[in-house]
Amino acid sequence: MPHRSNIGKRINVSHPILLSFLTHSHAPKLSVSDKMASGEVKLIGAWASPFVMRPRVALNLKSVPYEFLQETFGSKSELLLKSNPVHKKIPVLLHADKPVCESNIIVEYIDETWSSSGPSLLPSLPYDRAMARFWAAYIDEKWFVALRNFLKAEGEEEKKAVIAEFEEGNALLEKAFIDCSKGKPFFNGDHIGYLDISLGSFLAWLRVTELAASYKLLDEAKTPSLCKWADHFCNDPAVKPVMPETAKLAEFAKKIFAKPQA
Amino acid sequence: MAERSEDSEEVKLLGMWASPFSRRIEIALTLKGVPYEFSEQDITNKSDLLLRLNPVYKMIPVLVHNGKPISESLVILEYIDDTWRNNPILPQDPSERAMARFWAKLIDQQICVAAMKVAGTIGEERDAAVEETRNLLMFLEKELVGKDFFGGQSLGLVDIVATLVAFWLIRTEDLLGVKVVPVEKFPEIHRWVKNLSGNDVIKKCIPPEDEHLEYIRARMDKLNIKSA
Repeated sequence: MPHRSNIGKRINVSHPILLSFLTHSHAPKLSVSDKMASGEVKLIGAWASPFVMRPRVALNLKSVPYEFLQETFGSKSELLLKSNPVHKKIPVLLHADKPVCESNIIVEYIDETWSSSGPSLLPSLPYDRAMARFWAAYIDEKWFVALRNFLKAEGEEEKKAVIAEFEEGNALLEKAFIDCSKGKPFFNGDHIGYLDISLGSFLAWLRVTELAASYKLLDEAKTPSLCKWADHFCNDPAVKPVMPETAKLAEFAKKIFAKPQA
Repeated sequence: MAERSEDSEEVKLLGMWASPFSRRIEIALTLKGVPYEFSEQDITNKSDLLLRLNPVYKMIPVLVHNGKPISESLVILEYIDDTWRNNPILPQDPSERAMARFWAKLIDQQICVAAMKVAGTIGEERDAAVEETRNLLMFLEKELVGKDFFGGQSLGLVDIVATLVAFWLIRTEDLLGVKVVPVEKFPEIHRWVKNLSGNDVIKKCIPPEDEHLEYIRARMDKLNIKSA
């Protein structure tokens, strides 16, 4: 597991480049991807944000050490405003001081930059890649919006309508999972990938919402494959350290939703 | 089950002649020299084919390749770049690719929305929408400094996506009755529009101006939007 502090100075003899140096008579050349991958990595974010969780899982999957720069809730640091002048939002990845913004875009950047490390986060076939991108966009633009509307809904009628919309989305994602996973545990196959990360990052907030509403938003009876997938996702070693604890997140949610209207 | 080799390479595009999202797919396919069959769709009376191929959004464009449908224009553009590797739309460098995707998303999710607000509102609300559109466009203005196109010396993803600004927003300013993108404030964008207008692929793939303006005028009348 990569540490959040600086890279240790110990020489790891199993490191591929060092091993190659020891076994070949000539000094190995750094590959293009290694050159691209060098440089300090920092991530501006916050522990509770599902969007911030996405690049964190990706960096973990690629075993890339990074410094996590936590923003204080309610204010934006100078570095954030300078690094993301357009949206002024987290997450922002800083790689050798170059900023990359927008969570799904950052995940692709991580996959392309550290392509020789860890599993590929996107499938290899163009059509499968298109499906991953399509559903990731659907999750952000429709599914998550329905989840947010559920939190805001007032009265039984409105709640019923939002739940119906949300469950329609779940049914679509259940089918998408079966199509994409092709019998494997994740949308991306054997390993967590771009689409797993895009949906999985919302699971902690989903659980908090279920608790607050006393309603099962992800139901084993209705979406059995998604529920199994959620279990696998949450238990993955790349995910566990960065998935907010439900109780801690519920407390945080109470605090931020209790703020008086401006 | 013997398939003709031509069938397995068949590319079909369900689109609409006046839609910026449909035209951008035509630009990408033409740029790469990919032959395709175009199927004009009536979006006011959606065909069974469209509903079957895009059940989630029921919208054009839909690209069908090897019998498999792909929807959402940005997803389709990336698919085209992944599949036909000549004349790449996206740069090689990961941080440049990330920037291109960033601008494409900004154009579709914010600039396009703000521009539609300009068309659909009046008075103070419209003034606010104009200002919002201009603030967003200023980022694109700065991106173009020292470049012929967003993609550098040739068309890239952002150019293709931003044709929405060139040929749907700027083109309809007279009809809207407000110069959202005045040349004094946006000299680089206007220089870029000139570059685009001189490009053979763009010339071939954008809607003919007179018919396009007539269509928009008719739509504005139908939606009771005052046209200048």
